Amino acid sequence: MKPRPPTGRRIVNGVVSGVAAASALLGLLALAWIFLGVLSRGVGALNVDFFTRLPNPPGIPGGGLANAIVGTLAMTGLATLLAVPVGMMAGVFLSEFGQKSRLADHSRFAANVLMGMPSIIIGVFVYAILVLPRGKFSGYAGALSLGIIMLPVVARTAEDMLRLLPNTLREAGLALGAPTWKVTLAILFRAARPGLLTGILLAVARVSGETAPLLFTALNSPYWESSLAGPTPNLTVTIFNFAMSPYPDWQQMAWGASLLITCGVLALNLTARFFLGEKHS
Amino acid sequence: MADLALPETPTKAQTWRQGDVIFRWLSRGCAFLVPALIGGIFLALLIYSLPAIKKFGVGFLVSPEWNPVTQEFGAASSIFGTVVSTLIAMLLAVPLSLAIAFFLVELAPPAVSRVVSTLIELLAAIPSIIFGMWGLFVFAPFLQAHVQPWLASTLGFLPLFQGPPMGIGIMSAGIILAFMILPFICAIARDVFLLVPRTIRESAFGMGATTWEVMYKVMIPYGLVGLIGAVFLGLGRALGETMAITFVIGNSHRISASLFAAGNSIASTLANEFAEATEPMYVSSLIALGLVLFLITYLVQILAQFLLRRLYRSWSVGL
Repeated sequence: MKPRPPTGRRIVNGVVSGVAAASALLGLLALAWIFLGVLSRGVGALNVDFFTRLPNPPGIPGGGLANAIVGTLAMTGLATLLAVPVGMMAGVFLSEFGQKSRLADHSRFAANVLMGMPSIIIGVFVYAILVLPRGKFSGYAGALSLGIIMLPVVARTAEDMLRLLPNTLREAGLALGAPTWKVTLAILFRAARPGLLTGILLAVARVSGETAPLLFTALNSPYWESSLAGPTPNLTVTIFNFAMSPYPDWQQMAWGASLLITCGVLALNLTARFFLGEKHS
Repeated sequence: MADLALPETPTKAQTWRQGDVIFRWLSRGCAFLVPALIGGIFLALLIYSLPAIKKFGVGFLVSPEWNPVTQEFGAASSIFGTVVSTLIAMLLAVPLSLAIAFFLVELAPPAVSRVVSTLIELLAAIPSIIFGMWGLFVFAPFLQAHVQPWLASTLGFLPLFQGPPMGIGIMSAGIILAFMILPFICAIARDVFLLVPRTIRESAFGMGATTWEVMYKVMIPYGLVGLIGAVFLGLGRALGETMAITFVIGNSHRISASLFAAGNSIASTLANEFAEATEPMYVSSLIALGLVLFLITYLVQILAQFLLRRLYRSWSVGL
């Protein structure tokens, strides 16, 4: 029997490999196109005024988005304060107590589903339970919806990171007579710190660019707000409103805010990766 | 006699045991909160959309009417836009992300693979609204100037590519969606390929198979469940993606055969109209739209989780 010459198969292999490499290139090209597009258009808008002043009415050049920057930071901070303790404790249950119990199974499943839930649905939910009954938009509602989005991310990473720890660590602590809560908080959390920090950073990165859940919870405001009890200015909704406006000044501001958000999110992601890399090495 | 009295304060060991009980229940409560949230979201959406459901019934899903002035609401145009834009996105993103995963696992040298993986994952980190800005001001004009006229002149006999090329519309929404879900599918596909046992791969190579044949005849069948799970995960993302779509889809409540035409999706309708809706029936109809989106994505998510779980369990890797 004469063996089939491999030429045809080699050609197919070569073509498919070429297509695969081109696809990877296309993905990188898209990333570069977006990043450079935002950079080139946004960099002109960033100046001292951008970080220190209030937005001007349309037609008057200048002004800044200081109130929106502060509002975004405040809401993200409050969301982190809400989601991190609850998420960590849920992670502790999944890894230390529940493990294979039915509650843990449901909770894990629900966390995965919640992570894939469209963020605008979370916004509608918070609108229904907080904004409608109170009769007004508020920064608290915005922070709550961001917190709900963060919760499953924190819980699942906390579980994964605690699970990676060797059992001898738990046994050593318990053998010294320490109660489980002390072993968990003082020993396990300390040993898993880089991983836990990574989870929190990724969760913060995830929500700091969120717009949809803020549209009808925090709304937006062109003024300084002294509390989160009313409509709260924030960067992402400002980008949406300004980009959709017909005024070039405002669109320019939207590009500046886009650059700020993009750089912030990418920096958080890279820092998280750095933490994780340090742990693995 | 004081030394015979029972100690009133609990000993250190007792407090610690109590602390453990509290700690355990606290963590149990937090873990319970997650499924409770999903149930709560469903209930809240259901209760607030009841007025619209009562008034329009099942007709809500099929009526193309959306008129806040006459208070007539139907979800058909939003559902249509959601489905079509998602379909375009899946058609582009699935082959593209599988090809990239193939490149990362089999073709690229380890160093290149690591860098490209990281960069593709960063694409997933870019917020939706940035995709929207880029789509509206950069990508849609590019489509309008270079791609759509060409499509109209070569494939213009199809109703899909007729009408004025406006840049924004269902087509640009679908393409941008494809770039947004690509990293999610790609990351899971890569992990699935990496989980295929080395011996199986190597025996295929030993039989004289080319790299592509190993992928096509061994790795893809082996990880098929996981790949389908990855596709469903991407599908769930695409269906609910909001801001990028809202920027570029054009926001019109019309159903058109042309991909160049403006349309809307469930999420974009919510994003555009929710904050301005004041009439109770208007708000209720919007929340009913949200309920439809919730149910669709919930179903898709459950399928995705189910498939991925089965895969990881059979390979005894914790999910």
